[in-house]
Amino acid sequence: METSRTGWDQIPQINRDLLAPLQATTWWYVILVIGLGAGVAAGAGAWVYQIETGIGQTNLHKPIFWASYIASFVYWIGVSHSGTFISGVLRLSKAEWRRPITRIAELMTFISVLIATLCVFFHLGRVWRWYYLIPYPNQRTIWPDFRSPLMWDATAVFTYATASTIFLYLPLIPDFALVRDRVSDWRKPIYSILALGWRGSQTQWRALKWAQRIITPLIVMVMVSVHSIVGWDFGMALVPGWHTSIIAPYFVVGAVHSGLGMVVIAMYVLRRTYHLENYIRLEHFDKMGKLLVVTTLTLAYLYFADLLTTWYGKIPAENHVMYSMLSGPFAPAWWTMITMVYVLPLFTLTLPAFRRWPVGVMIVGMLINIGMYVERMLILIPPLVHPRLPYEWSSYFPSWIEITILIGALSLALLLYVLAVKFVPIISIWEEKEGRLHGGERG
Amino acid sequence: MDNRTHKEEIQGTAQNKTGSPKPYKWELVIDLDRCTGCEACVVACHAENNVRISGEEEAAQGRAINWIRIERSWEGEYPDIKATFMPVLCQHCNNAPCEPVCPVYASYHTPDGLNAQVYNRCIGVRYCGNNCPYVARQFNWFDPQWDAPLAEQLNPDVTVRMNGIMEKCTFCVQRIRKGKETAHQEGRRVRDGEVTPACVQSCPSSALVFGDRNDPTSRVAKMVKNDRRFHLLEDLGTEPAITYLKRLT
Repeated sequence: METSRTGWDQIPQINRDLLAPLQATTWWYVILVIGLGAGVAAGAGAWVYQIETGIGQTNLHKPIFWASYIASFVYWIGVSHSGTFISGVLRLSKAEWRRPITRIAELMTFISVLIATLCVFFHLGRVWRWYYLIPYPNQRTIWPDFRSPLMWDATAVFTYATASTIFLYLPLIPDFALVRDRVSDWRKPIYSILALGWRGSQTQWRALKWAQRIITPLIVMVMVSVHSIVGWDFGMALVPGWHTSIIAPYFVVGAVHSGLGMVVIAMYVLRRTYHLENYIRLEHFDKMGKLLVVTTLTLAYLYFADLLTTWYGKIPAENHVMYSMLSGPFAPAWWTMITMVYVLPLFTLTLPAFRRWPVGVMIVGMLINIGMYVERMLILIPPLVHPRLPYEWSSYFPSWIEITILIGALSLALLLYVLAVKFVPIISIWEEKEGRLHGGERG
Repeated sequence: MDNRTHKEEIQGTAQNKTGSPKPYKWELVIDLDRCTGCEACVVACHAENNVRISGEEEAAQGRAINWIRIERSWEGEYPDIKATFMPVLCQHCNNAPCEPVCPVYASYHTPDGLNAQVYNRCIGVRYCGNNCPYVARQFNWFDPQWDAPLAEQLNPDVTVRMNGIMEKCTFCVQRIRKGKETAHQEGRRVRDGEVTPACVQSCPSSALVFGDRNDPTSRVAKMVKNDRRFHLLEDLGTEPAITYLKRLT
């Protein structure tokens, strides 16, 4: 009884703390939005230029038909696995510590799926004909070819985008209602619509809980399938170095690895900016650090299994790809990747004291993300520059247009996140209260 | 229905009074022992198929488009050294890796064994280019341009390809269609040697031979049984329609 009374006392404080970002805006925020907007504008300009003149503005050439845009697509889909993994898996396993970070992660999922889709559009040679990928009724009765892994991919990403939007929206409904009742300006009608007439009745709560119970296991399955299919875009191809059965599980774990790293960065920044030390506590950095150790080890195991098989097999085409990374022209990138993705996380995050140092965990999260981006480039470039006929061997480095467009995409991701923080309570208020008052889920 | 007659027409089976009802199967034989590496085939292909001309700079970037290329390699050590040449073009695989990966059916197999590319269907995802083990597929990174007099000699039978789409050797499908139409009007099958792609026509040492594999009397059908035969990257199981001949030792 005693704990429950103190719990109820906390409610006004929780509301004040968690609604604060929606109510006050600083100058720094405006400057940040303008800065990111400039980045987006630069990227958009570069993209328009690329469309107007031709995809030759990239440094792509035969036989490197896929490069930085597809690597970025894989990367952003990877980042999107943060939300579904943390939210989905931790909800399923009823891990109580998830409560303050589910929304941070789900929002990241939603935004990064959008950015990933955008990267596919950057890549298309004739982007103005993109709708050929949609199975729409047409005079010639031609449909897309569902034998192509790219169609599996388009289907999977569309499913994932839809499902993760619903997954983000459902737990937002009670929070939208809370905001609706507390704002009186122009935003009130928007929140009223978004809250779907939420009154907090017993029936409504039961419906919400059921909807979540249905979608949570589904989204976890979709998450696994989406990145498997992204992996199969490569695995189904004959290209030496891509054609391996381990690629699907490897991609799924790699995605969760970079996704967790990104969530740690967001946790640190939001905690610092909005003084959420009472909500995102050291305990959370500790738990995220442990999860990162698990993904590091799993990923290292899968990568080692793949390398060992290639090394022992000594198939010339695959050997050329592997040795170009171990000791050839890609060695600097490869060893940087190994250090950032495996070595440093393992030597830092296994120390309990380090995991309770938010700055340190955040830096490791950044290293993992840079490393994983390099890793995606390494999945694409070394196999493509070493086709089986050595007469066509080549090399690649992205052009300024590619870099500008991709920086634009990154700016757009950050901008959307920064704007969302002003619109959506970044910590799920009702779930936080539920955790504190009842010490867990009811019913 | 229209569809049926069209299908019969392209298979060469419609009103076929004299020959067998078998469809055509176009194949090419390249005798490497006869190839001198003169690249006449490359030039003829450019002229026949409106293949864009790339400058020095583009070629250095790896963006020169050649539907057929001569791969030159050196054998032995100086001074006892010899250059060997191998023409490589689209192998028109019977089991083509580029076909199933195309999401929009731009890359597909015709009933007479050609690996076709539908230009106005292509949206430029370039998966086919990655998946071709022969690196035979060529991408248009920009709109094509021809220097002053060259634009005057564009072949009216062949589409000019725009920026953003994939292209490659067609076995001069425009010539094949013309040959088939003539034969169809005369109520017979295409005769051996009646259809020759530009590369075959221009080869001074007759290293290239083209024909219908399903016609047992054709030169191609006989040559593919030659003891010197091999297929490029045969172990991949792509079943190429191009047979190479090369004497060992």
